[in-house]
Amino acid sequence: MSEVVDLTAAQALGRIEAGELSADECFGAYAQAAADDTLNAYLWTAEPGDGSRAAGPDGPLAGLPIAVKDIFCTKGTVTTAGSKILEGYEPPYTATAVAKLEAAGARLLGKTNMDEFAMGSSNENSAYGDVLNPLDHSRVPGGSSGGSAAAVAGGLAPWALGTDTGGSIRQPAALCGIVGLKPTYGAVSRYGMIAFASSLDQCGPLTRDVTDAAVLIRALEGRDSRDSTSVGIDGGVELPSRKDLSGLRFGVARDFSHHAEGVEEGVARAFEATLATVERLGGKLAEVDLPNAHHGLSAYYVIAPAEASANLARFDGVRYGLRVAGDADLGQMYERTRAAGFGAEVKRRIMLGTYALSSGYYDAYYGQAQKVRTKIAQDFAAAFEACDFLVTPTSPTVAFERGARTQDPLAMYLSDYFTVPMSLAGIPAISVPCGLGSPAGGGPELPVGFQIAAPAFAETRLLDAAYALEQAIGFGRPAS
Amino acid sequence: MIDREQVLHVARLARLELTDDEVERMAGELSGILEHVDLIADLDLEGVQPTAHVVALENVLRADEPEPSLARSDALATAPDPSDGAFRVPSPRA
Repeated sequence: MSEVVDLTAAQALGRIEAGELSADECFGAYAQAAADDTLNAYLWTAEPGDGSRAAGPDGPLAGLPIAVKDIFCTKGTVTTAGSKILEGYEPPYTATAVAKLEAAGARLLGKTNMDEFAMGSSNENSAYGDVLNPLDHSRVPGGSSGGSAAAVAGGLAPWALGTDTGGSIRQPAALCGIVGLKPTYGAVSRYGMIAFASSLDQCGPLTRDVTDAAVLIRALEGRDSRDSTSVGIDGGVELPSRKDLSGLRFGVARDFSHHAEGVEEGVARAFEATLATVERLGGKLAEVDLPNAHHGLSAYYVIAPAEASANLARFDGVRYGLRVAGDADLGQMYERTRAAGFGAEVKRRIMLGTYALSSGYYDAYYGQAQKVRTKIAQDFAAAFEACDFLVTPTSPTVAFERGARTQDPLAMYLSDYFTVPMSLAGIPAISVPCGLGSPAGGGPELPVGFQIAAPAFAETRLLDAAYALEQAIGFGRPAS
Repeated sequence: MIDREQVLHVARLARLELTDDEVERMAGELSGILEHVDLIADLDLEGVQPTAHVVALENVLRADEPEPSLARSDALATAPDPSDGAFRVPSPRA
């Protein structure tokens, strides 16, 4: 059975189509692996026999199992968003993203652990315990889609769904040595995806290679009448096939990189080596300016908490989830429920966001941040006049040790330095493994992610370039 | 910088009960984060349009026709205290 869990999803599909592997056998192998999870990647897993009870292996995804971040509502299956306030909650409906994959033939394998309400970069903010990095159990898998990344990298799922608000797909993909795609804002419906920061949230695939990411985004994208921000990708997404990068220009924003704090030498070295590979494949490097991108984090840590403070107001002990009754009135019930149900990071962000939106501060914080956001989007638009793609390291560091940043929220936030500007501009970006680098404190080398960003709705071109690079780098699934 | 009184004021707005320890810690942590955020406070952005939506979208409308929606019993199934087809809560002024 161990051979089945080594296949990419597209390889497994090929075997199922050729009659060499049955969908039930494939599901059973993964359900067994997920049941034996030692990474705490899953909060809920299907029984090995559940696959055959599902709608059936019709459709292009042919009965393949998929792991889904626990932020997606799944009818009748517990959905917690990593929070105690939703412990045991069984939603009465299913998120569109999950429903579309099921309609295409995929079967729900499990719900993956995550930072509470997607707030975190290490998966240490889950109410249900830390997720371990499959490559080194003393290190974090990244976050907030840490369970999804660990499951895919650790052979506990062929592929997974995650969400990305400021880097929550790309950063864990980088730290676990897999592929993660944040699609264009509006490419995929968010209906049934528990909201964190609505002007930024987007869902996307975490996979073992670029082809799998393309297969999943093809099935996910599209307009949904239940999410009025969804528009889909005009013309859909083509499967990647490009062999070289000739004629393509890759923008490198040196100034943006120089403002980054704590970029590890191993990361910088792997990034430069990948730039050389880009050139070897016929790609041209172009120096571009993103003069406002280094303000991205400051803007993000106003906008995201502000929107979160409004979105999380719905968790009040009235309609679903935890209720802690006060001895006094309704107000006390609200306050005690939220005090007992939310973890430290969520409380911190609710406080930060409420402060930023409070009377007298709105213009100075939220208004100013949304203006910075406009400037950053303009930077990208100008840069894309001179290049087809922008490239950066995905994360300033490789996977860091558990506990290393939990006492310093700001240090944790710096993990998102390279990924936040793309989220603010709403453009698609993919992280692909580009080599290994030593952690700053010493120790065995760990995966480094290479981030490629493209103009809005250019997913097909983005995946094509990532695919060509992948073939040249030759990354497979890291040994675990 | 954020002091204790401000933390308590914001916590009231956010409907969040904080312990004394949390109030203390929050004051320090929020101040640290806001110091970083304040890096954008002094940027001259006069005349820059704040972003309202990152992707150009016209109004999204649909025909005003009833569609199936969640059954009341399903909506109430996960409620902490359903009562007579409604959500029961403690009195606003006990």
